[in-house]
Amino acid sequence: MYIHIPFCARRCDYCAFSTWTDRHFLRSAYVDACIAHVRLVQSGVVEVVCPNGDTTSTTCQPGPPATLYVGGGTPSQLEPADLSRLLEAVERQPATEVTIEANPDDVTETWAGTARRAGATRISLGVQSLDPVVLGGLGRAHGATAVASAVAAIARAGIASYSVDLIYGGAGETAESWRATLQGVLDLDPPPQHVSAYALTVEAGTPLSRHPSRHPDEDEQASRYEIADTIFEAAGLRWYEISNWAKPGFECRHNMNYWAQGDYLAIGAAAHGHLAGTRFRNTTLPERYVEAIASGRSPVVWSETLAPAARELEALELALRTRAGVPRANLPIGDDPVLARLVQADGGGNLVLSRRGRLLANEVACRLSASPMPSSEPSPRAARRPGRPASPGESARSAETQRETV
Amino acid sequence: MIQAGRIRNFSIISHVDHGKSTLSDRILELTHAVDAREMREQFLDSMELERERGITIKAQNVRVHWRDHVLHLIDTPGHVDFGYEVSRSLAACEGVVLLVDASQGIEAQTLANCYLALEHDLEIVAALNKIDLPAADPDRYAGEIEQVLGLPAEGILRISAKTGEGVVELLDEIVSRIPAPRGDAAAPLRALVFDSYYDQYRGVVNAVRVVEGTLRSRSRVRLFQAGSTHEVEEIGIRSPRNEPVDELGPGEVGYLIAGIKAVGEARVGETVTEAARPATEPLEGYQDPKPMVFCGLYPLDGDELPDLRDALEKLQLSDASITFEPETSAALGVGFRCGYLGLLHMDIARERLEREFGLSLIATAPSVEYVAHLTNGSSQRVDNPSAMPAPQQLESIEEPILALTIITPSEYTGTVMDLCQARRGVLGKMQYLSPERLELIYTVPLAEVVVDFFDQLKSRTKGYASLDYEPAGYQPDDLVKVDVLLNGAPVDAFSSIVHKSRSLDYGRKMTAKLRELIPRQLFDVPIQAAIGGRIIARETVKAKRKDVLAKCYGGDITRKRKLLDKQREGKRRMKSIGRVEIPQEAFISALRLEE
Ligand SMILES: Nc1nc2c(ncn2[C@@H]2O[C@H](COP(=O)(O)OP(=O)(O)OP(=O)(O)O)[C@@H](O)[C@H]2O)c(=O)[nH]1
Ligand code: SF4
Ligand SMILES: [Mg+2]
Repeated sequence: MYIHIPFCARRCDYCAFSTWTDRHFLRSAYVDACIAHVRLVQSGVVEVVCPNGDTTSTTCQPGPPATLYVGGGTPSQLEPADLSRLLEAVERQPATEVTIEANPDDVTETWAGTARRAGATRISLGVQSLDPVVLGGLGRAHGATAVASAVAAIARAGIASYSVDLIYGGAGETAESWRATLQGVLDLDPPPQHVSAYALTVEAGTPLSRHPSRHPDEDEQASRYEIADTIFEAAGLRWYEISNWAKPGFECRHNMNYWAQGDYLAIGAAAHGHLAGTRFRNTTLPERYVEAIASGRSPVVWSETLAPAARELEALELALRTRAGVPRANLPIGDDPVLARLVQADGGGNLVLSRRGRLLANEVACRLSASPMPSSEPSPRAARRPGRPASPGESARSAETQRETV
Repeated sequence: MIQAGRIRNFSIISHVDHGKSTLSDRILELTHAVDAREMREQFLDSMELERERGITIKAQNVRVHWRDHVLHLIDTPGHVDFGYEVSRSLAACEGVVLLVDASQGIEAQTLANCYLALEHDLEIVAALNKIDLPAADPDRYAGEIEQVLGLPAEGILRISAKTGEGVVELLDEIVSRIPAPRGDAAAPLRALVFDSYYDQYRGVVNAVRVVEGTLRSRSRVRLFQAGSTHEVEEIGIRSPRNEPVDELGPGEVGYLIAGIKAVGEARVGETVTEAARPATEPLEGYQDPKPMVFCGLYPLDGDELPDLRDALEKLQLSDASITFEPETSAALGVGFRCGYLGLLHMDIARERLEREFGLSLIATAPSVEYVAHLTNGSSQRVDNPSAMPAPQQLESIEEPILALTIITPSEYTGTVMDLCQARRGVLGKMQYLSPERLELIYTVPLAEVVVDFFDQLKSRTKGYASLDYEPAGYQPDDLVKVDVLLNGAPVDAFSSIVHKSRSLDYGRKMTAKLRELIPRQLFDVPIQAAIGGRIIARETVKAKRKDVLAKCYGGDITRKRKLLDKQREGKRRMKSIGRVEIPQEAFISALRLEE
């Protein structure tokens, strides 16, 4: 289950997420709506927009989720009481992975304690960089000391693990400062069991997009990636997805489920969900979401149902990003020596991206081909949770529907 | 049928912009051919492109009544590229009105068109136009006309096509000076097709001038050259709207619709005769103009190839001077190599194809037609640089030469001569038209004029110089073909034939340009310019290192998938040359830059 919290203290220059800096007054009503929505889906009612545009309910028994991810926005911008209420509303298994994204500035001992009591098992810290120059260039405020104390607070609260998010390619970043950030992160006490490092991407409409002089150079970003990969691997953090590294056993199960084309429920404004081949999205504006839930309407405004072939191709594209790789048969690269250097064979007949290949994953993905015949063998989608709902009308063609309002 | 003695047929000719279409407007008004409500400036320039560019592209004929006479006037284009339209029009006339801008005097096309009229033995009624302009100096330019063209100054009328001043006198002068046509109405029919165009609803419409005999509606006619017979569907006159008539007699100008569907059948210059009683000899037709400038035209979307062919065939009906034949390019696909009379003509033709036929086209850089002499003693014509044989097989290359007539204020003589010099020009003759104005005759390779000669001339002389040209045979020179290679494979669309002294320059320019335009690949891509096997310039597009979507926004897998779908679709539409994937836009930009 994914819960989206669309509130941030201020907007970062590069940010194209669905988040607001001027609607904190909505927070408590928003959490109410999320809780009501959680109850609804956990009672078995999941609504998606059908291809004809009508909203219909699909009844299913999703059961308690294996993972719960509270993302944003900045979930740590919620009042601690709201955060507790929200987490406690979700029926869970004992082993459910519960991740909360947090801004280091917000992570005090009190906050961490609240999170721990409400069931958090992982905190994902939005660090981005430890270099004040780079942070300034990204339009972010917190300082490096906040990170150290946030990490200490998490440890003291007894939360099992935490992850650090980093961004490379910001203005003012050098190979040296990037190395220093990486080292600084590994030197944290305790060190993170998981890191994500994302290439800064210029998204249309962001303040960053209007300043070409601050746009990243792709070749430099490639070098930064290689540096990060080398340093992480040396520290025992293994890559398991293009932008993610973890100590063995600490991979984020929630994210792995995305890459395995698994199902997930969507709670909150702009949240995306997936159920057996149908992908859907909730209305973007928080107030609309609140309204829809309050008046008993479905918050879902968009959905698409993929045809079997498209779905298989998507599964391959997702798997290619991970250490699992794709079956050799689905990646016809012939004897092209250039392409051959982008992949490596694993033990079991799959092709996995090499380091060079991870940086050129789109090029490789463009060469994937779905199996020519619909086979009874499941495609490399990972094992799904039992009790998944019947797929809503798998037809030969993909269908997409969009509504303006709810 | 109008008695031939009451008919006067004339064309209005001049240099560009000296006021032919505006004079036509005044004549249409004075003769009440168009009423005030419908009148608009340059009424006869009906094509959208003509109105936008403010120039006449196609000659237009119209019948008007003046006192007790019937006048057929033909408004002709003034631009040098359309000289063929003028000469066709003159074949349907007994006289011309030669307009000269009274603030500018004689310009290059004044001379060229006046000589054409003299060749056709036509009566010339000269008039100085725009006398309303403060800068007009009719006395001075009347003297110039007398001195240069030998037309007596006192016979030159002074008019303003804008205000209408002097136009009544001009019409009377036309009636009194231009001879009436002659011809026996009872003789076997001979009518000249001097123009044709394609009408969406009516099919082929021919403009005809009856020379002898009588053209009747509902008769059967025969086309001399084509040898085909047709039922006349409709004959009529343009005044300026089409008005059907029953017969057209000697000297009359009108239109003919005869169910001619097959393209190429109704060629301009044809003689129409009666099927039942054919004439024995055809009229003297036209010499088909030789295209001078060539370029490849390719549909942006390969599926539009049949549409492009169809459009070219129809365009050729209203513009017989366009030639085309199929051609294949590794870079651009299948298209046509088209021949034109000049750069403006090329530009206009392409725009008409895009607008009137809704096509999207890519055009290669213009080229001229070379003659390649091979070591084995044979020769071949080459209008596409990529088809030029390899240097080892070549004995020599000859290129087309132009005789340029440039008229310039004498203060710009130096800069004009510098320009001609730089373009491998050889000065032939130099003469003063007046103490302030000079006529220069140069021979210059056509390929040098095709580049941007006209623009250069205009900018160096603040727009005051004018240019006319005519073909002047072929000459050998030290020419080489420069190929552009991508990852070792030649890109045919970028091959060019240049003078040896300029080859290095061209090679550097093209490789540098392509380096900017070709997207990075998975491997280093060398871009080379080569003469034969010898590399003269080189650039490299470095292999790309990063092409990956970083992040998945809160489970939004769809966005990623769509981006990949788009990238895959982009790849599918790319052309592959030497294993290098190139988007079509890169070719288009490169070809644009080359212009
Ligand atoms: N002041 C003034 N302007 C005139 C006169 N005659 C034409 N013009 C202007 O000169 C320009 C060119 O006139 P056109 O009638 O289009 O010239 P044209 O000879 O038909 O030009 P092409 O067909 O392109 O060769 C227009 O802006 C006219 O308004 C005139 O007697 N007096
Ligand atoms: S904290 Fe995250 S969601 Fe909020 S503005 Fe910054 S990048 Fe966007
Ligand atoms: Mg005109």
